[in-house]
Amino acid sequence: MQQLKDLQKAIVKSQIWKSIFRVGIPTDNRKRALAMLGNVVLHLHPIKVKKSGLRMSYTWCMGGTAFFLFLVETITGLLLMFYYRPTVEYAYFDMVDLREVAAFGIMRELHRWAAHAMVIAVWLHMFRVFMTGSYKPPREFNWNVGVILLVLTLLLSFTGYLLPWDQLAVWAITVGSNMARATPLIGAEGPGAAFLTLGGQKLIHIGSDARFGLIAGRTIGGGTLIRFYVLHCLGIPFVAACLMAVHFWRVRRDGGISGPV
Amino acid sequence: MEAIKSFINTISYPQFSFTLSVVLFVAALKTKKLWTRTGGWIMLVLVTLFFAVGSLDENFRSVVAKPDNVPIVMMIYLAGFFWWLSMYKAIKNDEATESGAPTFEKSESEDKVFTWPDLVFSELICMVVLTAGLVVWSILLKAPLEEPANLSVAPNPSKAPWYFLGLQEMLVYFDPWMAGVVLPGLIVVGLMAIPYIDTNPKGNGYYTFKERKTEIVLFLFGYLVLWVQMIVIGTFLRGPNWNLFGPFEFWDINKVVPLVNVDLSEIIWIKMLGVGLPSHWLLRESFGILLLIGYFIVLPVAMAKMKYFKRFYDQMGSARYYTGVLLFLTMMLLPIKMFARWMFNLKYIVHIQEFFLNI
Repeated sequence: MQQLKDLQKAIVKSQIWKSIFRVGIPTDNRKRALAMLGNVVLHLHPIKVKKSGLRMSYTWCMGGTAFFLFLVETITGLLLMFYYRPTVEYAYFDMVDLREVAAFGIMRELHRWAAHAMVIAVWLHMFRVFMTGSYKPPREFNWNVGVILLVLTLLLSFTGYLLPWDQLAVWAITVGSNMARATPLIGAEGPGAAFLTLGGQKLIHIGSDARFGLIAGRTIGGGTLIRFYVLHCLGIPFVAACLMAVHFWRVRRDGGISGPV
Repeated sequence: MEAIKSFINTISYPQFSFTLSVVLFVAALKTKKLWTRTGGWIMLVLVTLFFAVGSLDENFRSVVAKPDNVPIVMMIYLAGFFWWLSMYKAIKNDEATESGAPTFEKSESEDKVFTWPDLVFSELICMVVLTAGLVVWSILLKAPLEEPANLSVAPNPSKAPWYFLGLQEMLVYFDPWMAGVVLPGLIVVGLMAIPYIDTNPKGNGYYTFKERKTEIVLFLFGYLVLWVQMIVIGTFLRGPNWNLFGPFEFWDINKVVPLVNVDLSEIIWIKMLGVGLPSHWLLRESFGILLLIGYFIVLPVAMAKMKYFKRFYDQMGSARYYTGVLLFLTMMLLPIKMFARWMFNLKYIVHIQEFFLNI
């Protein structure tokens, strides 16, 4: 035991350790402050927080949960990308392999269940923010950023739903994307689209409308798969990450976690 | 047991269950005793009892235990729990302010604590618990993988991902351009508009019900009664051909449901006036168009003059008031159309097939 303690001491006092963790385990208030300031992850937080904002019964921990689940999705998604090829020939069989052959064969499960949980967490976070009136001035803008993040969460989940390329996937996306056909003006079967003509030619038809743009073709196919794959793995996460930065920044700028004024 | 099951099957039809849920929603918000610890436990036990006993039934189990439906059971519990929690805290705060004491949040918000260790360690514990939960969930329940994609074989029913099933359920009452594009778009716009419409300065940063009753009732109605409930109906109660099946009913693909829905124009021109449908759409749909103009233009103006709504108009100013009322009326279009369907078999209020404009 004593040897272990000595070893720990030796490690913590070594130059390598000190170069990484400048402050060490905080023992006084000055070091508690420095620990928060000196660490890039921790400095998202202020040095001190309202005691009321610390209560789980107040925050429900749902914003943090949503962000944590986003990180889980990033990590498990990255691992899945090593195996998965977004083409009609391979996609489904890569799924089977992920289940049957790949080591740690629960990555797909982790990814899918965390995704469902993230949708619920984001809804509940919105619920909490509403019930505590935390969208009121000065936090109006951050509520709006949050609404966009909620939409992005749904889109992330929706684009990911197609990737297994099984019956569940293609038909769910078929049902979902058929809605785009009815978009007013820019959907082939939407109200008003029939008026958009040029020299007697219809401008909006099934080969040029909103649905065609969404799924890259007249039916769900290889084009849709690659389009959704890129949006799912790169496009939407990038936008969401940028907006999350804004969201967290504004939480701090607008006075930290909400509380009575 | 069979009698109870068939009773539950019958009241699951939205004409009963939706009506019942609206009544229960209003009653719940008026019953203070529900939002106590005892009330919470009773509700928890009742819901759990329903799921536990229900799971003994094969049809019930086959729908509820589908891997992708498990999160929705989780959501029912979480949404219910947090609804209870927020009301519990709100009513406690309201009682405190009534007796002149500060709210719970106020009494603690002056007090500041160091982020390290208090917040950082709670976060760490949350992350560990969540990770453990996810790993257990992933080991116990396999992610679904059906047969390879085949665009020539449509499963019946074909369902969108579960979080969009509320929208798919709206397709029963509205055309795709409304249920799939305009209404979801307006949900987003409406949510974003909330902070700019709501001018009530009270209830900022603490739980309260008394000080912002209207806002909370409206939001909870949209969130729980409409959004969450429509998802539950769309997931658990919609079977082959999007027919409605009670939770203990076998999903019979051959179930026959008569199509008896008629348009408003048919009700008026054929049934009431006894003449045929006019050939020009403008004349044919004139009643429906007038009804919508009345609903969206005359009604908001008339409401502004009514005593109950006038205080909102005075408080919010005309721009905020009209934006808010129009968004509210659009939201209420859904329950109104639902009840019109059940009472008069109404299909469309306005049916201009000439340019796909059906409402």
